[in-house]
Amino acid sequence: MKMRDSISKKQECKLFPNQRIIGRWHRHPYRIVRELGYGATGTVYLAESESGPVALKIARDSMSITSEVNVMRHFSKVQGPSLGPCFYDVDDYLTKDAVFPFYVMEYIQGESFLPFIRDRGAEWMGVLVVQLLNELYRLHQIGWVFGDLKPENLLVADSPYRVRWLDVGGMTRHGRSIKEYTEFFDRGYWGLGSRKAEPGYDLFSVSMLMINCAYPARFEKNGTPGIGHLMGKVRQKQLLAPYEAVILNGFQGKYQSALAMRTEMLNIIQDNSFNRKNKMNRAGSAKVATNRRAYRKNVTTAKEKHRWTGVYETMLIGTFLLILYILYLFGQ
Amino acid sequence: MSKGTLRQLLLLTDGCSNSGEDPVAIAALAKEEGVTVNVIGIVNDGEMSEHGITEVEAIAKSGGGISQIVYARQLSQTVQMVTRKAMTQTIHGVVNREIAQILGEEKEMEDLEPEKRGQLMEVVDELGETLDLEVFILVDTSASMKNKLPMVQEALVDLSVSLRSRTGNNEFALYSFPGKRSDIEKLISWTPHFDSLAGAFKKMSTSGVTPTGPAIQEALRFIRNRMKKRGTDEDERFDLEEAGM
Repeated sequence: MKMRDSISKKQECKLFPNQRIIGRWHRHPYRIVRELGYGATGTVYLAESESGPVALKIARDSMSITSEVNVMRHFSKVQGPSLGPCFYDVDDYLTKDAVFPFYVMEYIQGESFLPFIRDRGAEWMGVLVVQLLNELYRLHQIGWVFGDLKPENLLVADSPYRVRWLDVGGMTRHGRSIKEYTEFFDRGYWGLGSRKAEPGYDLFSVSMLMINCAYPARFEKNGTPGIGHLMGKVRQKQLLAPYEAVILNGFQGKYQSALAMRTEMLNIIQDNSFNRKNKMNRAGSAKVATNRRAYRKNVTTAKEKHRWTGVYETMLIGTFLLILYILYLFGQ
Repeated sequence: MSKGTLRQLLLLTDGCSNSGEDPVAIAALAKEEGVTVNVIGIVNDGEMSEHGITEVEAIAKSGGGISQIVYARQLSQTVQMVTRKAMTQTIHGVVNREIAQILGEEKEMEDLEPEKRGQLMEVVDELGETLDLEVFILVDTSASMKNKLPMVQEALVDLSVSLRSRTGNNEFALYSFPGKRSDIEKLISWTPHFDSLAGAFKKMSTSGVTPTGPAIQEALRFIRNRMKKRGTDEDERFDLEEAGM
């Protein structure tokens, strides 16, 4: 057997802007625009295809590329509106002395997850997490687990704002062992569960995702057993305070499904925005706009309440007068 | 294909061998016997010599496995990743051999069109999930390793957490080298999981010599004996031994 690559000196396939590559099997041409990012399993480029911009992932190791393509193909069969990027093509790029397998998928434009929340305000964390839980629920329903859930693998797409995921490298069939993970988001790392692919594994990561919003630099485990340490961190941040119970339940695997966690998140967000209606005047144009909208809504509800109370009072007095009048008539 | 066993030897070291047979040669022997040799070189602050790094890579290469140089604090994720990757690679090798038999010499998975490759990869993934795995872990405990041992301990418990999530069975054995009287010393004999390794490394004498070659040799002897013992009551096995892995 050929030793393909020891990890320590893995050869990368470096492509340059304007470089044209043509697949060995399907002969589709692609023109590289720029690098979008790189991860453990390869480099992703923005490229121009015959039918528009695409994302192209290329690597040295055919095993991981093939595995990811398998996952993507699976979803292109069952896809409703986008669980992840759509899959377009898989092929090999031949150079003089090597073969680089690559695949081509939808290019999703959007903002990075953490900066988006940082720039637009804390209320977005709850909203995006609720959206994410909905997507996760659908994924779990068809027997898959996301696995490597972290902000780097998420993107907030524009109009309407919607959280989408980018990387399917960690996606694992229900019941198997998680293919790829990142320690901070991994319940095994914190000593709080196994690495078996099940909905609870992803929900743990969702709790950690919220913690990551408050601690962008993340942190490592210390001597104290997992849950005490983590909940201590949660209590130190105001951003996380309203969600303390949800985060804890996520850690303890208390939710039957992503939907149950979503419902609780929703309840908290709804209560929370009522409590805070008076202290909403922060800087930032986007925030001001949303706040103003929220404020206006709160004012209207208050006014409405007022009007309704008035109507009741009038009716009550009216009834009282009517009874008096009837009594007066009977007295006659 | 019936259920079989993948065998790996995982070597954790921080430097160069300086006594006994050439570990690269012994690793080649291990590969011939169907045991994959993976090596993780642990460094503190780039303190590992060029020579040490070269040896780590050479041992893994001739042992049909994977090597990685890491800082002690990144050890956990590396250990589990190397183990899993090596499993996939081994199975991939067997699948390639089958392809060569069907399609003729010089053909392997990469020569198939991507669609067929995908179907084969499903099989590789499936086998990686369900095959039994035996990992013989050999930890270098020469003097310079002393402050890295707590990290090693943590990484091995973490490996156990990862592998337990598989469908297939796992067995681990933990040995250290150099031993007090022999080349290697048993710390924990074959077990399905490491619950706690607290204290496992306590009773070790740390010495200056690093007899990596003899240690792998001795480890192979243990693995061989175990295979013999098991071979008698299980005749149908995944034939990795003959696969020339």
